[in-house]
Amino acid sequence: MSDVAITAAKALFIVLLIVQVMGLGVFFERKVSALIQDRIGANRAAILGFAGLGLVNTLVADPIKFLLKEDVVPAGTDRVLHFLAPVLSLVPVLVTFAVVPFGDVLQVGGRVINLQAAELNVGILYVLAMVSLGVYGVVLGGWASNNRWSLLGGIRGTAQMISYEIAMGLALVGVVLTYDTLDLQVMARVQGGYLIHGWLPAWGILYQPVAFLVFMTAGIAESKRIPFDLPESESELVSGYFTEYSGAKHLMFMMSDFVEVVLVAALVTTLFFGGWQVPYLLREGFHLPWGAALALPSWVVALLQVTAFALKLVFFTWLQIVIRWTLPRFRYDQLMRLGWQGLLPVALANVVVSALVIVLVAGRAG
Amino acid sequence: MSPLLFLVLAALTVVSALTVVVHKNPVHCACALVLTLCLLAVFFLALDAQLVALLQVIVYAGAIVVLFLFVVMLLNLQKESRAMAGALLVGSGAAGGAGLLVLLVVALRHASAPAASQVPAGFGETATLARQLFTAYLLPFELTSVLLLVAIVGAVALARKPT
Amino acid sequence: MTPPLAWYLGLSAVLFAIGVLGVLIRRNVIIIFMAIELMLNAVNLSFVAFARSLGSMDGQVIVFFVMTVAAAEAAVGLAIILSMFRNRETTNADELATLRW
Repeated sequence: MSDVAITAAKALFIVLLIVQVMGLGVFFERKVSALIQDRIGANRAAILGFAGLGLVNTLVADPIKFLLKEDVVPAGTDRVLHFLAPVLSLVPVLVTFAVVPFGDVLQVGGRVINLQAAELNVGILYVLAMVSLGVYGVVLGGWASNNRWSLLGGIRGTAQMISYEIAMGLALVGVVLTYDTLDLQVMARVQGGYLIHGWLPAWGILYQPVAFLVFMTAGIAESKRIPFDLPESESELVSGYFTEYSGAKHLMFMMSDFVEVVLVAALVTTLFFGGWQVPYLLREGFHLPWGAALALPSWVVALLQVTAFALKLVFFTWLQIVIRWTLPRFRYDQLMRLGWQGLLPVALANVVVSALVIVLVAGRAG
Repeated sequence: MSPLLFLVLAALTVVSALTVVVHKNPVHCACALVLTLCLLAVFFLALDAQLVALLQVIVYAGAIVVLFLFVVMLLNLQKESRAMAGALLVGSGAAGGAGLLVLLVVALRHASAPAASQVPAGFGETATLARQLFTAYLLPFELTSVLLLVAIVGAVALARKPT
Repeated sequence: MTPPLAWYLGLSAVLFAIGVLGVLIRRNVIIIFMAIELMLNAVNLSFVAFARSLGSMDGQVIVFFVMTVAAAEAAVGLAIILSMFRNRETTNADELATLRW
């Protein structure tokens, strides 16, 4: 199999995975929010009387409903930009998954396949670049709606996104200082070390707790979810910058919202919680700290690692959903004050302290 | 990068650059500018400049053009009725541009540069660029940060509503 | 066969000429600004092409500085345009030609 075919297979795997996760995630969100609000949630779709299987109905029926709806374009607006805005919102978020590692290596017939679709040695910067490009979907969506409230929502959303990009980038600087690399797969591998005589896995959260908090907050603000969703504010501006979009375009905006939730979860997992690392699992099998070892074939190891990654992803997605349904919304000036006067100085201080600790304690300089 | 791919991307870049300077709707011009910048980032990647390519997307396409779009939307600039200057000025401008192009092509054709196909290890990577920035180019680096501070203060002072 | 240096320089020259054309023929100051950014990017392409051809990182360091300066210049220039718009209600270069009327 040629290199191109392997990369294409990895990319296809990721795209299919994300599409499934999104459908499941929407259902997941409805059920979790129902639990929090002491109600039952989406249970109207059932197969053969089993409401649990109604999930399949929801997975299939929802997208079909969106795709078959009439595509309404408001009069007097720019059709090209109206068409382009949802695409520009969804595509950058989807392609960022190319650099997220979902496993270590897979040894197939003598070939060692790195389980990461694009092996960029500047992976973190690629993530930041795609987050920067995601701004265009919002600002063009607001402009192309010929609706002053949508424009207001679009401008506010853009200002919020570019403000929190800065805090996100600075939190990542602290992470890069700790791991001494920009490649996400190398970062996940480095977290395979152990502290305290081999008992505690050396995950990023132990080295950069402040960066984790800043990055998580900035990530939730970037995807414009509650508590940062004033540009969208479902109870106030209808849908903010994507009010005038219906059918497939609305589906793309909703998709980009949820895919970004999964993206933030994937990045937090890779940077701070070991990515695909299972504690005490090496490439050959389990090596427990008290000396016991269990040898496993390489495909079992890869499967365990991918499963661990998926479980951590589910956990952080659930965490973002719980945050959404728990906290009230920030007012716009509070939001901007938090971004510029709260997160930015904290992230800067984190960079300075991290650099000092690395030079003085670990003795690594230059 | 294969020559065919280069020609296709170069043609696309030239077309989008022409759209920036010729199109009547300022928002469309800004979108064409984003496309041009992203295509140039692809060229940078082909020239082994990975960090510079991603910085181009982050800084230019992701921040500067967003600033342009903000100003266009704040001033509510619609499709212009009098986009270009009079015919005489357009004609002489086109002639001047063509003359400059001829001059540049002639000058560059006689320039000789060694065709180095091997580049040193770590070319274009972040660590190499950073090492140069903090040793040989330290003074320009510090001056640039002062420049950015001055620009921030100046922009805020200029754009504030007079109270 | 990778494209020779001359092709990259040719593309850079064409983009620079298009930028000059934009500055000369457009009347909206914001579009003139965009054409200036286009010229700066054409020069960036030249620098990176030469850096690759000569095997030296200096070209890429210069591009880093050009980008920073372009960002600072865009910020201040757009602030100036905003404050002029507040006074004159126009962004047409012909009408902004004199300091007082």
